[in-house]
Amino acid sequence: MKSTDLTTTNRIIVLVCGLALFVVLFVPLWQIELAAPQYPEGLVLKMYPNKIAGNVDIINGLNHYIGMKTLHTEDFVEFAILPYIITFFAVLSLAVGLFLRTFKWLLGLFSLFVIFGIVAMADFWRWEYQYGHDLDPNAAINVPGMSYQPPLIGYKQLLNFGAYSVPDIGGWIFIVVGLGLLVAVVLQFKHKKQFK
Amino acid sequence: MKKIIYLFFASGAFLMLIHLSGCKPKNAGDATGSDAAGRTYVPPGKYDELYNFVSGGFSGQVSVYGIPSGRLLRVIPVFSQDAEKGWGYSEETKPMLNTSHGEIPWGDQHHLDLSQTNGEIDGRWLFANENNTPRIARIDLKTFRTTEIIEIPNGAGNHSSPFITENTEYVVAGTRFSVPMDYENGDVPISSYKKNFKGTISFISVAPTNGEMKIAFQMLLPGMNFDLSHSGKGPSSGWFFFSCYNSEQAHTLLEVNASKRDKDYILAVNWKKAAEYVKQGKGKKVKANFAHNTYSESTHTATSKMESEVTLIDVRDFPDLVYMIPCPKSPHGCDVDPTGEYIVGSGKLAALIPVFSFSKIQNAIANKTYDGSYGGIPVLKYEAALYGEVKKPGLGPLHTEFDGKGNAYTTFFISSEIVKWNVKDLKVLDRQPTYYSPGHLTIPGGDTRKPYGKYLVAYNKITKDRFLPTGPELAQSAQLFDISGDKMKLLLDYPTIGEPHYAQMVPAELISKNSQKIFRLDENKHPYVTMGEKNSKVTREGNKVHVYMTAMRSHFSPDNIEGVKLGDEVYFHVTNLEQDWDVPHGFGVKGNKNAELLIMPGETTTLKWVPEKVGIYPIYCTDFCSALHQEMQGYVRVSAKGSKVPISFSLGKNSEAADEILKK
Repeated sequence: MKSTDLTTTNRIIVLVCGLALFVVLFVPLWQIELAAPQYPEGLVLKMYPNKIAGNVDIINGLNHYIGMKTLHTEDFVEFAILPYIITFFAVLSLAVGLFLRTFKWLLGLFSLFVIFGIVAMADFWRWEYQYGHDLDPNAAINVPGMSYQPPLIGYKQLLNFGAYSVPDIGGWIFIVVGLGLLVAVVLQFKHKKQFK
Repeated sequence: MKKIIYLFFASGAFLMLIHLSGCKPKNAGDATGSDAAGRTYVPPGKYDELYNFVSGGFSGQVSVYGIPSGRLLRVIPVFSQDAEKGWGYSEETKPMLNTSHGEIPWGDQHHLDLSQTNGEIDGRWLFANENNTPRIARIDLKTFRTTEIIEIPNGAGNHSSPFITENTEYVVAGTRFSVPMDYENGDVPISSYKKNFKGTISFISVAPTNGEMKIAFQMLLPGMNFDLSHSGKGPSSGWFFFSCYNSEQAHTLLEVNASKRDKDYILAVNWKKAAEYVKQGKGKKVKANFAHNTYSESTHTATSKMESEVTLIDVRDFPDLVYMIPCPKSPHGCDVDPTGEYIVGSGKLAALIPVFSFSKIQNAIANKTYDGSYGGIPVLKYEAALYGEVKKPGLGPLHTEFDGKGNAYTTFFISSEIVKWNVKDLKVLDRQPTYYSPGHLTIPGGDTRKPYGKYLVAYNKITKDRFLPTGPELAQSAQLFDISGDKMKLLLDYPTIGEPHYAQMVPAELISKNSQKIFRLDENKHPYVTMGEKNSKVTREGNKVHVYMTAMRSHFSPDNIEGVKLGDEVYFHVTNLEQDWDVPHGFGVKGNKNAELLIMPGETTTLKWVPEKVGIYPIYCTDFCSALHQEMQGYVRVSAKGSKVPISFSLGKNSEAADEILKK
């Protein structure tokens, strides 16, 4: 066994991460919960890898008061490519765990994954900014200086609605996978040092 | 000396005063327990434990209360027009009030019964009777809307109704007024009552899947007054029991002439056997003319169909179908206990309550223990059918229900009280006054095999000093009692709409879990639905102008209409495009001799308008729908007859969101 070969523990971690990423394809990544006095039951937007779901029609109906554009899955190229990207990471993880069992590949996978995470969040913020600021000037409710950008993560009051943006199941799996890969990287690095 | 005499008389008068007020019974209000407030307090935002469906009497409607708070939750329009909800005013609902006499704007709604499966409430439908022009309505408890009304031919005063069998196989109707049959010449002297007047009871089958009603058969009976009824349960489930009075067959001054005999009857009907005979084709088909109105949930539209035939069974031709049981005196209530063995008759002029035994009745029939016959129907010997009598229970018993623990509770109109007694030993256990003169009472599931037995509500005909006065016309009332302990405890008094007669109570969960929130737009099959603002339009067909209109927060599309002329009939077909809970829109037109519309999310409803003057007519949303509700308005221009103004319509700008929903 060469010093750069992945340990059995790390191979298992990477394989589990790969399998977990397949699950992400079918569950929501992110959710924005909305609460207002008239909606004690709450409204929710759910971002799946391939669509927006939840109370989309009701939220679109309410957003017309402030002149926000209506939300449609088709308007986001992200929902077309995200499933492929996730599949790519899942397959790559399995490949690293099964065939490409070297530290270099692991490090490569981890780096790509982190970069993807950052790009994805930046993209998400960009959309939130755009929808929150690009308002119809003829809208019925026009509060000077007010924008309606939901928080990237956490809570924010937007007029009568409280918006609470948090990862959903898929998002949490993503975070755990990221951490899992990080652990594997660290363990493998220590393992390599021992050999020297 | 003078002073002493003075003092003597004065103290005498004082003593007399004390004495007299000491004799006076304690005042009413004290009867409530100290914890009554806590027991009936449902905190803001919390739900009641039970639904209470209460007949609206001469209001023609059904009211829904929450128990134990006594809060009015809703009034369901059934037999009377309701301008508030557009019931009987919108084109879609007008056919619901159609009868063989044409459209009738009012009804007298007396009794209710919830559908049952295996003798227990199943929460699907609520049946309601109409007394004046005999009809039975079925209310769907998913939507709390009246979905079917069937008229009952060959009768008048549909009072012994709408009681059902254990599995809702049948709902019954019985005639309070005997009259000549519809297929006979009715132009006869009133004094020929005994010869020409007949009573009928009808068995209306209920389709197990969709609840659709059909008059399965009618039984032709001697002329008298049929009052209340109840189906047997368990061992007696194949039988139905009807109280009857006026066995004297009086046709005038009934208060004297129909109160002469010591005993009238309870009619026991073997309905299972009757159904078999009908199945074998043994009934006689007779001509009839009656309306059958159904409301379609997918088209949001009612249709009225005239039916032309019923199957009649003359009980004299079938000796094993019906039997008379003597019952003192002018009985009203006819109630069967949860085991199905005991049948309680409540003679409204009697000073005792007879309890009949189903097994003894069966023996008496088998052994032919008869006491003559009445109108060709065998009369059982009173003692042979009797289980026992509750002695000195009170005055004027009317109606009895059961708590499932072996106790019965009877209302007494004349002595104004409720009496609790044990069904087995017939001993009176408790009595509590009511304020004043109760007719019916209800216990949750109190007329089923499985009473819930925690509360009792009595419905009073007289309220007098119980509430703040409102002029000569006062509300009638309901009184809530706690019956969980040995003694009944008065918890709450509250006024009701119309006149409450019979009522039903049911644990909330059974109904609330199925309650519908919206109508789905993609299931809307109304012929004049407008699927999205882009499809809204105005079309002319001769002098009929059809407005395909949508409502969405906070505008109508179109909201400017021109080209309407005098002589036109305008039909506003308004579709509410909302698909969110509790976002109804309303619709009103200035000067329209009609009501408003209230349109629920996903629904299409039509308002007819025949303008009579040239001018500009505002239209607006009548239900405060949003922050911009006051902006939800528009105009219709009405031009003179023969004017050249073409049909045109517009809306400032179409809303994207409204069309969105329809894409899916």
